Amino acid sequence: MTTETLAKTPLHALHIELGARMVPFAGYDMPVQYPLGVMKEHLHTRDAAGLFDVSHMGQIVLRGEHAARALETLVPVDIIDLPVGMQRYAMFTDDNGGILDDLMVANLGNDTLFLVVNAACKDQDLAHLQKHIGSQCEIESLFEARALLALQGPKAVDVLARLAPEVAKMTFMQFAPVRLLGVDCFVSRSGYTGEDGFEISVPAEHAETLARSLLAEPEVEAIGLGARDSLRLEAGLCLYGHDMSTATTPIEASLLWAISKARRLDGLRAGNFPGAGRIFEQQRDGVASKRVGLLPQERVPVREGAEIVDADGTVIGTVCSGGFGPTLGAPVAMGYVQSAFVAVDTPVWAMVRGKRVAMKVAKTPFVPQRYYRG
Amino acid sequence: MSELRFTVEHEWLRQDADGLVTVGITAYAQEALGDVVFVQLPEVQGYAEGDEVAVLESVKAASNIAMPLDGEVVEVNGELESSPELVNEDPLGKGWFFRFRPANASAVADLLDQAAYERLLNANADA
Repeated sequence: MTTETLAKTPLHALHIELGARMVPFAGYDMPVQYPLGVMKEHLHTRDAAGLFDVSHMGQIVLRGEHAARALETLVPVDIIDLPVGMQRYAMFTDDNGGILDDLMVANLGNDTLFLVVNAACKDQDLAHLQKHIGSQCEIESLFEARALLALQGPKAVDVLARLAPEVAKMTFMQFAPVRLLGVDCFVSRSGYTGEDGFEISVPAEHAETLARSLLAEPEVEAIGLGARDSLRLEAGLCLYGHDMSTATTPIEASLLWAISKARRLDGLRAGNFPGAGRIFEQQRDGVASKRVGLLPQERVPVREGAEIVDADGTVIGTVCSGGFGPTLGAPVAMGYVQSAFVAVDTPVWAMVRGKRVAMKVAKTPFVPQRYYRG
Repeated sequence: MSELRFTVEHEWLRQDADGLVTVGITAYAQEALGDVVFVQLPEVQGYAEGDEVAVLESVKAASNIAMPLDGEVVEVNGELESSPELVNEDPLGKGWFFRFRPANASAVADLLDQAAYERLLNANADA
């Protein structure tokens, strides 16, 4: 074992104390599940509230009057008109239109943007920002300084409002500085489960106190990365490195919705992000294959990497994420299929241990999203 | 009913009075796997020791079950197809996988006994 080379989040000791099973993930020693187990952790999050340690993710602040304009040169998303107190989903694209990472961007006001990027990409993202826009704004990494907790589920609002009543008024994708237990935090009403909930950026030295306080509430259980993955999969949310990568564009990844109107071909600030030419071309001419939801028609889970075939057995795609959906009580998957097969209800088959498993192309999310929109 | 025997792959075997051997996975193994959501059972046919005869899928991952000895599978636990959670809830009882007729009946006794299996678990825990 080489656990000594793995990084630890500020909640590492707490995970061990709670009896978590730890696994290496993106260079960190992370809890994959607690004694409750993946299935019950998943169901508890949909039923009440779950607390996730996502401190391995990268938090970055951009400051300066040109910060929004600068960031727009790296993402196909409207950052200039992102209102103060709002957060938006974005992705860094490369010159081929491939996706370097996906991220959340919030406008803190006072020419300050707050970014959350994926753990496995954070060093590369920071270097990317410094290389391309480092001369146009100040870039501060909060990788060591801040922890990130996610409190997700229908009871999350009741729990967090006990510490700060004002969070109950926030709506989906709002972002605000909030004092929790006397500590200055940033709270966004968002998450990665399809449920209502919050993400809380807290100074690293106060993370454990806050986590213990939230876990002491009767509705809250600690939830590991295993359930985080099954929750996001049921919600139809992409996982970077699996459902998208530099080999896929936002169009192929079915993320056209995330390209802001202002940045599209007919928009006010069209293009001027890496790979815009290829992305617009694909939007106009279509793509060879695309990400779709898939519902296996048998009980056997269909995993990432499984080949997808048509009725004749011709390979038409690959599964990019797959597993069992505890809320659905059935397997769920996403995959890339040739564009002739993307229509909902199209029958396709996955090859699992040499056998064909019937699937249907399906709409995502597989489980209805329950975001709080006011 | 005789006492249980074990493999290093965390399977248990019980030689029954009719000469058949029942196979399942141990409490330790089901705990390590997590929630089992699907079990692919063997065919009723002969297998060689080490053949992959069954697959267990947890929420996160798939793992293979190997044939513990040469022999012929004569019965599978069909209940696991609709209730795979029995593997977690009752691994030594209702969570059994299959019964087989060993090619060499005395080979079962050569596998790990309870004390040897516990030593293996302790050694794993210390590793």
